[in-house]
Amino acid sequence: MSQDTVNIIIDGVEIQATAGQTILEAADAAGMYIPRLCHHPDLPPGGHCRVCTVKVNGRPASSCTFPVSEGLVIENDTDEINAQRRRIIEMLFVEGNHYCPSCEAGGNCELQALGYRLGMLAPTLPYLRVKRELDATHKDVYIDRDRCVLCGRCVRASSVVDKKDAFGFENRGIKKRLSVDAVHGLGETAVSAADKAAQVCPTGCLTVKRVGYATPVGRRKYDKTPIGAEIEKKTAKV
Amino acid sequence: MAKPLVATGFFTGCFGCHMSFLDIDERIIDLVELIEFDKSPINDIKEFTRPVDIGIIEGGVSNEENVEFLREFRKHCKILIAIGSCAITGGVPSMRNTVPLKECLEEAYLNGPTIQNDGIIPNDPDIPTMLDKVYPCHEVVKIDYFLPGCPPSADTLWAALVALLQGKEVALPYELVKYD
Repeated sequence: MSQDTVNIIIDGVEIQATAGQTILEAADAAGMYIPRLCHHPDLPPGGHCRVCTVKVNGRPASSCTFPVSEGLVIENDTDEINAQRRRIIEMLFVEGNHYCPSCEAGGNCELQALGYRLGMLAPTLPYLRVKRELDATHKDVYIDRDRCVLCGRCVRASSVVDKKDAFGFENRGIKKRLSVDAVHGLGETAVSAADKAAQVCPTGCLTVKRVGYATPVGRRKYDKTPIGAEIEKKTAKV
Repeated sequence: MAKPLVATGFFTGCFGCHMSFLDIDERIIDLVELIEFDKSPINDIKEFTRPVDIGIIEGGVSNEENVEFLREFRKHCKILIAIGSCAITGGVPSMRNTVPLKECLEEAYLNGPTIQNDGIIPNDPDIPTMLDKVYPCHEVVKIDYFLPGCPPSADTLWAALVALLQGKEVALPYELVKYD
């Protein structure tokens, strides 16, 4: 065992992690799935959505940003935490305008998939029904803010990977919205459909044009396989 | 023992959930052995004649008539199930919710590109008054079970109905719960 190895316990299971990893990365490596929405493996963690919240030594913390250290005791897959996660997903559904039946992201959408995995049949909160702007000014990519969950993946990807800083947030609280670095919309930015930013949206908000509905219902990513199954498979082999 | 009574109804939607229900194919022969229909568009019975065990409703609530019929369903049904995106979220009809009703009507009947001469917004007493928004059923009455989908598949509807008829909780396998 090298000096870099730390021992942590997740849901009663002892796992070995590497110093410098976050709890979420360590859990992934051990084949234990922690539900997450704003996190993307190719991007620095954001800690925005709080879906990946776990209890670390009894206190809630976002596992995508919390570094591992020797002896951490973590609760992840408990009724209490999953109920809180389901409530976050419900809030995102009622605060946005998510018309799943007509959305290109349907079946490949991580918001939907989390709803399925966490057992949401219908949101129990009232819908907000706020009008949000669609930006179709770009020839290859569009923004449908009805579907935005403010995860910030495109903001981080455009900044860190594409080096374009084309996206950002404006306003705060319930009025917070995805903005672009141009006066007249996305079409004036340097964004291209090949950018990382255009590939990482968990929902159908930032979508490449003319490629939707390519996969038939029944063969889409989450039609038969729950989100997180690809991570949990790793332990099945051991 | 008398067969359990089932009623079905539809509000603001496309009737697609009922079509999906008919998609149970030959299982419909088993179904008539298992249950009896009361008020339903399938048998065209218009009014409730007695208390019903299970009510199945599709569609959102967009006008006064929808509200009245939905309350009738709640009053008569021991278990009320909302099926499909429109009943659960308002669905496609609820896309009008972010536009004021007045603007919707003016666009449809006065200012739209297909209006010839002077249009007129219909205002006949026989036409149910529209609500300001399209509401999901559970924002109007208490709903006991939700079966999402657009439409929920025949297998989903069948599995849920059979479970309820056997007096069990509805616990659907992963692939039968979809929002689209």
